[in-house]
Amino acid sequence: MTGPTPDEAVDLAESRPGPRSRRRSPRGGLRRPGLVGWLFILPALAFYVVFVLRPIALTFQYSLYTWDGIGPSTWAGFANYVKVFTDPDLFASILNAIKLIVFFSAIPVLLGLAIAATIRQIATSRLALVARTVIFLPQVIPLVAAGIAWTWLLSSTGVINQLLTLVGLGDITRAWLGDFSTALPAVGLIGAWVLLGLCTLLLLAGMSKIDPALYEAARLDGAGPLREFRSITLPSLRQELAVCVTVTVIAALASFDIIYISTQGGPGNSTMVPGLEIYYLAFSERQIGVASALAMVLMVIVIAVALPIQRLTRDR
Amino acid sequence: MITARREAWTGRVLLVLLMAITILPFLSLFVTALHPSGTYPPGLSWPGEPQWGNFLKAFQAARMGELLKSSTLIVLGVVPIALVIATMAGFAIGHLRTAGRNVVFIAFVLGLTLPFEGIITPLYYQVRDMGLLNTRWAIILPLIGLFMPFSVFWMRAHFVNMPAELSESARIDGANTWQLFWRVHVPLAMPAISSLAILLFLWTWNQFLLAIVLVDDPLKRTMSGALGAFQGQWGTDIPLLCAGSLLILAPTLVIFVIFQRRFVTALLQGSLKG
Repeated sequence: MTGPTPDEAVDLAESRPGPRSRRRSPRGGLRRPGLVGWLFILPALAFYVVFVLRPIALTFQYSLYTWDGIGPSTWAGFANYVKVFTDPDLFASILNAIKLIVFFSAIPVLLGLAIAATIRQIATSRLALVARTVIFLPQVIPLVAAGIAWTWLLSSTGVINQLLTLVGLGDITRAWLGDFSTALPAVGLIGAWVLLGLCTLLLLAGMSKIDPALYEAARLDGAGPLREFRSITLPSLRQELAVCVTVTVIAALASFDIIYISTQGGPGNSTMVPGLEIYYLAFSERQIGVASALAMVLMVIVIAVALPIQRLTRDR
Repeated sequence: MITARREAWTGRVLLVLLMAITILPFLSLFVTALHPSGTYPPGLSWPGEPQWGNFLKAFQAARMGELLKSSTLIVLGVVPIALVIATMAGFAIGHLRTAGRNVVFIAFVLGLTLPFEGIITPLYYQVRDMGLLNTRWAIILPLIGLFMPFSVFWMRAHFVNMPAELSESARIDGANTWQLFWRVHVPLAMPAISSLAILLFLWTWNQFLLAIVLVDDPLKRTMSGALGAFQGQWGTDIPLLCAGSLLILAPTLVIFVIFQRRFVTALLQGSLKG
């Protein structure tokens, strides 16, 4: 703070041919860094306030009213929240999202870990390079397209049933997305397919950062592959694992596209999730208050899940 | 040595299996798209007479040319604006160390994990009151706001690591803050900016929820949003639906293949930071 301010420094270095405009007085420079900084932040902040923060506040406000979106609204207090937790259909949508975590999160993380650990050894081969590209494809295409492709695969005449018949399991074939007992796992598998590539590559990237000397030392100490995996690989991947879990759990809780396309929440309500329920409540059933209460609950759950995992990452 | 080789083979088999599972849906879409339109082809089967014309038919039926234009316009609306304002904010928060930056930064971080469904209802009424419903602006403007938490977070992470000496010497050379930003820092930030550009392109192009809620006319939506309408319209004509789906996912695939390495790096970094 004692040295010359940037603009005064410019004046000291008069002889240099700078493109600087000399309209401003050197004195103004003292306070300007703060002000200019805010001018740089302002556009981003404006968009954020208008299109994110204000809608969040409005969601909370709507959640306290009974409103059909057109006529006058009436104060409802927390009745909409009570409804979210007591209406079996609404609460079931939250439970479904939690069940989806097994598929969207557990499968990609565990399978990704196994695959990344085994292909680490052939990381330089041509096969591994091609695989890097191929297994990433689901991450790139629209979820909607993934939904359509899998809807067809899982249909009664689809490839999955064809394969099952081929290996002699013809008895269990069915319309997987249309069956009450299999629809949710089937939708979950689509999510697992989408997220597996990301998890695999993230974990692979994490593994490539581990010092190979650690493994050599372990081998010399007589550690087997399993022991190596447990004592070296797994602890070193803490950060990557936390990221995988966060990303995939949020993908499960906030799922919309895949389910909208593949089952529309059916059959019955067996694959209904909060995201889709909010959409129906707000734009088909015109229950803005209940939709907003569910939206608030969804946002709180997501933050409640994301925050602790983020903290885990930072502790390192 | 023998165990190592066996491990390597297990790895190869797993990898091939995984690749097969990844490609299966694309393969199924492709062979199904080649069957006569209106039929119900069984599983994976090569058609007697491949109907290559289905792709043309789907292209025309879905008015794919207009959809491509619409998606491109939306991307051109979102990505440049978001990049410029996020880079400016990241610069001020990470490098200028503007007073009060921490409060702003925390406010942005709070939005990092926000599910879009959480605010879609008020967004609808807000966009309606602005008179923008059913225009592309209804997708463009909210998306810029929704991308800000991640974009500012991303750019700040870059600028925090830029040495202060760099700016000091530029100041001595006579640069004001605006020139310092554009002439010194933006060129140096290009790798971070282009990775962010890839992510924003992808997320905009694939955006579905905002497109179906805020825009009724499929021809003014993103590709993904239009695909939803396409499914409703052609849901019973499986071969055409498959051909249409392939056409709609093709642009992202083509761009992915071209910028492959950058894509993977950006997406991995993106999730590591987010």
